[in-house]
Amino acid sequence: MSESTELRGPGGASAQSPGTTRGREKPGRTGTRKRYTSERSRAEAKLGLMLAAPAAIVLLLVTGYPILQAVYQSFFNLRLTDQENSYFNWGANYVTVLSDPLWWQTLGFTLLITVVTVAVELVLGFFFAMVMLNAMKGVRGPIRTIILVPYGIITVVAAFSWKYAFDLGTGFVGTWFGIEGFDWFGNFWSAFAVISLAEIWKTTPFISLLMLAGLAQIPGDMVEAATVDGASWWQRLTRVILPNMKSAIMVALMFRTLEAFRIFDSVFVMTQGANGTATVSSLAYDQTISQLQTGLGSAVSVLLFLCVGLICLLFIKGFRVNLGDSRG
Amino acid sequence: MAATRTTSPLTKTLWIVAFVLIALWALFPVVWILSLSLKSPSDIANRQFWPTELSWENYDLILFGGAQELFLPALRNSIGICLIATLVAVVLSTLAAYAIARLDFPGKNVVLYMSLAITVFPVISIVTPLFNLWSTIGLYDTWLGLIIPYLSLTLPISIWTLTSFFKEIPWELEQAAQVDGATAFQAFRKVIVPLAAPGVFTTAIIAFFIAWNDFLYGISLTSTSAARPVPAALSFFTGASQFEEPAGSIAAASIVVTIPVIIIVLLFQRQIVSGLTSGAVKG
Repeated sequence: MSESTELRGPGGASAQSPGTTRGREKPGRTGTRKRYTSERSRAEAKLGLMLAAPAAIVLLLVTGYPILQAVYQSFFNLRLTDQENSYFNWGANYVTVLSDPLWWQTLGFTLLITVVTVAVELVLGFFFAMVMLNAMKGVRGPIRTIILVPYGIITVVAAFSWKYAFDLGTGFVGTWFGIEGFDWFGNFWSAFAVISLAEIWKTTPFISLLMLAGLAQIPGDMVEAATVDGASWWQRLTRVILPNMKSAIMVALMFRTLEAFRIFDSVFVMTQGANGTATVSSLAYDQTISQLQTGLGSAVSVLLFLCVGLICLLFIKGFRVNLGDSRG
Repeated sequence: MAATRTTSPLTKTLWIVAFVLIALWALFPVVWILSLSLKSPSDIANRQFWPTELSWENYDLILFGGAQELFLPALRNSIGICLIATLVAVVLSTLAAYAIARLDFPGKNVVLYMSLAITVFPVISIVTPLFNLWSTIGLYDTWLGLIIPYLSLTLPISIWTLTSFFKEIPWELEQAAQVDGATAFQAFRKVIVPLAAPGVFTTAIIAFFIAWNDFLYGISLTSTSAARPVPAALSFFTGASQFEEPAGSIAAASIVVTIPVIIIVLLFQRQIVSGLTSGAVKG
């Protein structure tokens, strides 16, 4: 390995930090031909490929292959229990899914819970980050430790905790509010509220840490100068702090949105999708794993995959999120 | 920002109040499930926050009693499967991240951005075809049948996080050591390994957390205690008798699997935070 110290390619791309990815691909692409001509750079390229290949191949096998297989299966009338009689049905599965109100209903609920939880998490996460930034030296460590607890806890465990806090058999929340007979999971809006609460609790720490990284990059003098110039705290927040951490916010927003859109665990534990709380992931799970409707379920999975891709595209093209900034 | 602010007693109090509120919010569900796990069977359904008296009965049930066949194999599966999936991911990603961070080769950005893209893949889209394939080739309900798909969780985040760690390492030190007379191997072992180890370790923690948290693979690709991990097993818990609420045993099992998380967080808070924000993708 020591040999490779001298094996710097003339392109010198290896010296670039990931923070400066903006516009990095274009020079890389045009330079590819010429870059690997010298003996040294060829040897370096070979070593690099050899080292990166195992990981890349495993990645492709464990994700690329299943996705392609799902796409393939989604075009067949296929039940796992009756595989001999499967036949290509020209995309009829997609017609079935897309013309079923259940799909639109689960999609609507998934979008609702994504928008609501991510919006609350952003505000709450920003508040947490402000507190962490301004905390006295002595409490900085403890507060970060405490905030990491929800991050580390298993989602299913968190979902059980919130479920038992509200449910009719064990829940103390009803007792506290004097509505012991109220079944929180018995109607849509309260079930939605409890599921959202569990999600928000679990994932706010992660957002707040990304926000903290963004906040820490704002030069102190800038805020100080605004204060000296007589800016109120609201003006400092909206004119100085927020604009300067826009990229950190956008990256946090994008990754949380994509994650929230896949929500499955909490719903499975709390309501099993009852009362209109089924999400796209739980719909796909019901079709494939519970009912063994492999063809239909694969179509739902592929549609979910496309939705995630669409959200990605929206963020990267629409909001111009630069992944190079994602290091916060 | 923090360094330059002048703190009046009022602002100081406000920050302390905010700190206490955050601590309450973050720890509340943990304290609740702990309290629930310490309730005796007669207390479980009393719908109070605190138990009337402390009881170890739920722990007894899952560790030594009737529910141990549900819990202990699941715990063993979770620990074994997650450790192996983490180890494999860390070894593969160390090689790949070293190459991406230090060497110039065609397609390095492809590997990097492919792993970033995979962190946002919907797990259910991968589960569906695997469920069929695993049933056909006999990997359904086995350790290997979970370790392989767990790599789709642990490997991408490891590549991404480690690459950003490795890009920060002052690699010139290696050359400097060689100039000073160290052999290539000495320079690598004495200079590079100590610099790279914290990043590798932090990456392993984050990858392990993600594998430990999995539910969808666990519940879809297993059917017995042969490979079922804890999160999936929890949803199959029953009470001491069939008609009893399993809440107590679920709560106790939840606490048992949460303890290692809290210990890791207590010991390595600084590393985890730096890993999450320098890798900066998901948790």
